[in-house]
Amino acid sequence: MTSPWNALIAVSLLGGFSYAAASASVLLRHRASGARLAAAWSAPTREGARLLVAQRSVVVGSDRALARIGSALLPLAAIMAVLVVPLGAHAISDLSVGVVWFNAMEVLAWAAVWMVGWGSNAPWGVIGANRFLAQGLSYELPHMFALITVAVGANSLQVNQIAAAQHGQLWFALTMPAAFIVYLISIMGFSFWGPFDQSVGRDIVGGAASQLSGVDRLAFCGGRYLLLTVGSAMAVPFFLGGEAGPLLPGWAWLLIKTAAVLAVLVWVGHRMPPIRMERFAEISWMVLLPATIVQALAVSIFVLVGWM
Amino acid sequence: MDAIAFGVCSVGSIAAGITVFRVASMARATFALLASFVLAAVPILLLGLTYLGVLVILMMVMEMMIMVVFMLMYMMNPAGLMPMKMVHNNRVSTIVAAVVFVVLAVGATVTPWPHGGRRSNADPTKALGLDVMGPHMLVMVIIGLVLFATMVSAIVLASARGRYDRYGDDLRVRPPQDPVQGGLGGRRRGGLQR
Repeated sequence: MTSPWNALIAVSLLGGFSYAAASASVLLRHRASGARLAAAWSAPTREGARLLVAQRSVVVGSDRALARIGSALLPLAAIMAVLVVPLGAHAISDLSVGVVWFNAMEVLAWAAVWMVGWGSNAPWGVIGANRFLAQGLSYELPHMFALITVAVGANSLQVNQIAAAQHGQLWFALTMPAAFIVYLISIMGFSFWGPFDQSVGRDIVGGAASQLSGVDRLAFCGGRYLLLTVGSAMAVPFFLGGEAGPLLPGWAWLLIKTAAVLAVLVWVGHRMPPIRMERFAEISWMVLLPATIVQALAVSIFVLVGWM
Repeated sequence: MDAIAFGVCSVGSIAAGITVFRVASMARATFALLASFVLAAVPILLLGLTYLGVLVILMMVMEMMIMVVFMLMYMMNPAGLMPMKMVHNNRVSTIVAAVVFVVLAVGATVTPWPHGGRRSNADPTKALGLDVMGPHMLVMVIIGLVLFATMVSAIVLASARGRYDRYGDDLRVRPPQDPVQGGLGGRRRGGLQR
């Protein structure tokens, strides 16, 4: 069932959860620095309002078209990815290839971040942009194998069927733990969050986002939280049994699980030190990629034998 | 509806393709080419080949993002700070383009396309694969594996640093001598730095 209401609800929820993630992030920062905690909840609003009314500064010789398309593309990619996130029994558009669609939309972040970094005509911007690509090459292959494992386990690329395949069974988080962990890592990768924020790192004064101002900055930074949220929301049908759960109705469990994954990611993002992309490349190709391949093999055998 | 989408996307794809040669910056040219590819994927979606269509978008985005780095590395005047001519060897390339266009156009018009005949059943992706590959599917799959193995071996052979560089001639050097420390293995606290 596709209705405009579904789309409206899904996008509002996406926005709401992203706002909460942004607030929680500020809260953690305030707690660490001893600033007033109560101010954290309104901090994203205040910052957003400031960015909305601020005049955009323009760097001489910057590629404004690319930078603006890029910063608009980041939230758009998240919103297009949310189309296939199941909400209750229905996603907005329950594509038969929902997993591939989700993957394609989340890869748009590569283009978005690179456009913004390059378009800024600043060395730090270009360094940040290329850092994101380097990191992307590291997390993307394990990420794809994790998605493939999920699809093999459920025998479907349709997100609702993947959730349904876990009903009355062990959740995929338990039957394919390596894929689950890699998926969580890659959410932080494609939303350049926490330990993976090298592309907008402080050591390169904001990297890809260093020259962004005004509404462009709002779209870019907001888009990052939207991506983090949509990744967390997708973890629920992929690995956490979708809307399965006792007592409460299904949609409530969806929201609770999404909030839980998002909270864990925000917390981890603040606890973990940054990991440089060249070190992560080694870890990713030597540990994560073999782990996900073995995981995919194991799940394929389980499916063939009939255990899943 | 489908016809409108097809028209818009094919015109858009061609326009974006022309843009590639009109802009003065390699970055813009890359993204114009990406736009052209993504728009060309929509007709595949219109054919009902959802999986292939979305996959084309996914692969094109990733591929062009790698491509953009190489294009910037290898091209003169990558940033478009000075006006740059994106076309070279005009006469020959015009002739080649015209010949290719005529051949493709003739091929497209002469081919006896099926007229609304077979409705493909449940899985159009599978049906297309069987139509294209026919009984040679197994051979093609094996060729795919061989190609992949060739690429990996070529990279291993071409790589300047192998495990003997990292671990020494008898593979006993610990920690390995990485040009970049950290990650796996590497320098430990108090370990000898060579």
